[in-house]
Amino acid sequence: MGGTILLLALRSIARHKLRSFLTILGIIIGVGAVVTMVTLGKATTAAVQSQISALGTNILQIRPGQGFGRGGGGPRPPDFKPADVTAIANQVAGVTAVAPQAQATATAIYEGANWSTTVNGTTDASFTVQPWPLVAGRRWTPAEEQAGKAVCIIGNTVRQNLFRGGQAVGQRFRIGPISCDIIGVLSTRGQAGFGGDQDDVVAMPIKAVQRRFTGNRDVRLMLVGVDQAYSTAAVQASIQDLLRERRNITQGKDDDFFIFDTKQISDTLTGTTTLLTRIVAAVAAISLVVGGIGIMNIMLVSVTERTREIGIRLAIGAVAREVLMQFLVEAVALSCLGGLIGLVIAQLVILAITPLMQVPFLFDPQINVIAFATSAIIGVVFGYFPARRAASLNPIDALRHE
Amino acid sequence: MLAARAGAGQGRAVASSADPLIRLRNVTKAYGSGATQFQALKGVDLDIQAGDFVAVMGPSGSGKSTTMNILGCLDVPTAGEFLFKGVHIERLDRDQRALLRRKYLGFVFQGFNLLARTSALENVELPLLYRGDEKKARRALAMGALEKVGLDQWWDHTPGELSGGQQQRVAIARAIVTQPDVLLADEPTGNLDSERSVEIMELLTDLNRASNITVLMVTHEPDMAAFARTVVHFKDGLVERIERGHQQGVVPEMR
Repeated sequence: MGGTILLLALRSIARHKLRSFLTILGIIIGVGAVVTMVTLGKATTAAVQSQISALGTNILQIRPGQGFGRGGGGPRPPDFKPADVTAIANQVAGVTAVAPQAQATATAIYEGANWSTTVNGTTDASFTVQPWPLVAGRRWTPAEEQAGKAVCIIGNTVRQNLFRGGQAVGQRFRIGPISCDIIGVLSTRGQAGFGGDQDDVVAMPIKAVQRRFTGNRDVRLMLVGVDQAYSTAAVQASIQDLLRERRNITQGKDDDFFIFDTKQISDTLTGTTTLLTRIVAAVAAISLVVGGIGIMNIMLVSVTERTREIGIRLAIGAVAREVLMQFLVEAVALSCLGGLIGLVIAQLVILAITPLMQVPFLFDPQINVIAFATSAIIGVVFGYFPARRAASLNPIDALRHE
Repeated sequence: MLAARAGAGQGRAVASSADPLIRLRNVTKAYGSGATQFQALKGVDLDIQAGDFVAVMGPSGSGKSTTMNILGCLDVPTAGEFLFKGVHIERLDRDQRALLRRKYLGFVFQGFNLLARTSALENVELPLLYRGDEKKARRALAMGALEKVGLDQWWDHTPGELSGGQQQRVAIARAIVTQPDVLLADEPTGNLDSERSVEIMELLTDLNRASNITVLMVTHEPDMAAFARTVVHFKDGLVERIERGHQQGVVPEMR
């Protein structure tokens, strides 16, 4: 019985290929759009998360000012002092290490090649707080760090521009006012999430940078490693209190520094992309409903057009339920077919678009199953009314229908 | 199955051999209501024996089509009794009547009413599909029916590729494929030229004789009614007269 009805429905679909295709076009587009949008949204979220996690987790970054921008005008808030670094490291519970940074820009010269880059004065802690392994050479020793020796660890971009394919470690090159021994080469990190080449950098002990480049003992930025067992929010609050006190900020006044938590940024960005994904998916879902209405329209037209056929079926002994089921199964089979085609098209579109968007290709079984099930349900819901109408036709009138 | 179900509630046994296959008693049919009501049948009494070949004649509006619809279990009388094999059809619901049509009746229409874009074989298979026959049995029975009407060579042709006469033969094959007791034909030659008409009538006569199928045929052409054994004349919603034992081949007299 069920097989017969399915056979009748499939025959009818096969007999009206163009009409069938036009009927399911809405479903194809709807399912295709929903699956594409949701999958691309998830891929974007995944890409953002991986970029953020490359910055390291459980890290607080502290900068003077009130955000990434300059904001407002007025005098720039002062940088931090070395004593601030020590204070945070020693007085705040849950801090594993503090890596201060002092930055300058300088031109690096080696034999004929020169390259303008960022000089980053820091301590050995920075390589562990935000793990950044070397591909060659070694890190500087505590003695070298303490003495502020001119030893450099260079990023890959600098290595390529100065040394091409050649050996960098052990060479001596000129950077700004000084000559520097290259003791190590950093592994490649690539583009930062916010633009800028992270590998275009020369790292050396902070004291060397302060003495020879910036001319003061200021610290521009601090990276604070937080113990896994502590909440970053609590540590952040402690540091905030400590710095307010040390920078003499009276009650009621705003901070003249800001602390940001990479995890918090990650959560915010993930939340944003997830929300956007949902909005776009909702819009796409509307097209799915419109597709369902399209099916209902065509099925209603089809019932009218096939009135005589229904009359024949009734005359030769089809019971109402069989006619109803035939049209219902036809509608469901059509919408499922549309759903399947939509899924296939979605995968193709995703495959084509992900490289352009620089996000990973991913197959999300959940949304595929949901979208397909939705197309089937649409078939049932929007197919029922026309099917009931067909089943309730009077055979005599139906046979007389021209 | 249906006869058992339908008969069960009636406390009346299956008809004895003397009873007619079809019995109409004081059947009326009214369409509409109130001032616009139209009385199509005004009390029809009619007995049809199994194996008969009946031509139903009469001017339009005489009630012959309404009677055929009732006999075909497509419609129910407003009042009166309709017994088919001793079962009160007027007491059956829509689906019971559909099952009865499926099992005992075959239909041939003036306009052929084949499914378009569907091969002759698939058209003939249709009643078997609803009956739930297996594919192999369907094929065999449908091909057998097509052979009976002389179209087994044309099984894969769609109605569009067949002549009117051939289409009507396919329709007849579809009507007899379930081996029904009664074949109801509503002006089966109305859309055909006289040569094809005679062929169709000869086919029906043959089926009536060889397969013992009771044939009920509406026609307004005396030449076609000439093939029947019984000719029923309708007028103004009543049976006007019945020519029983009509000599086949003789054109019935018109009044």
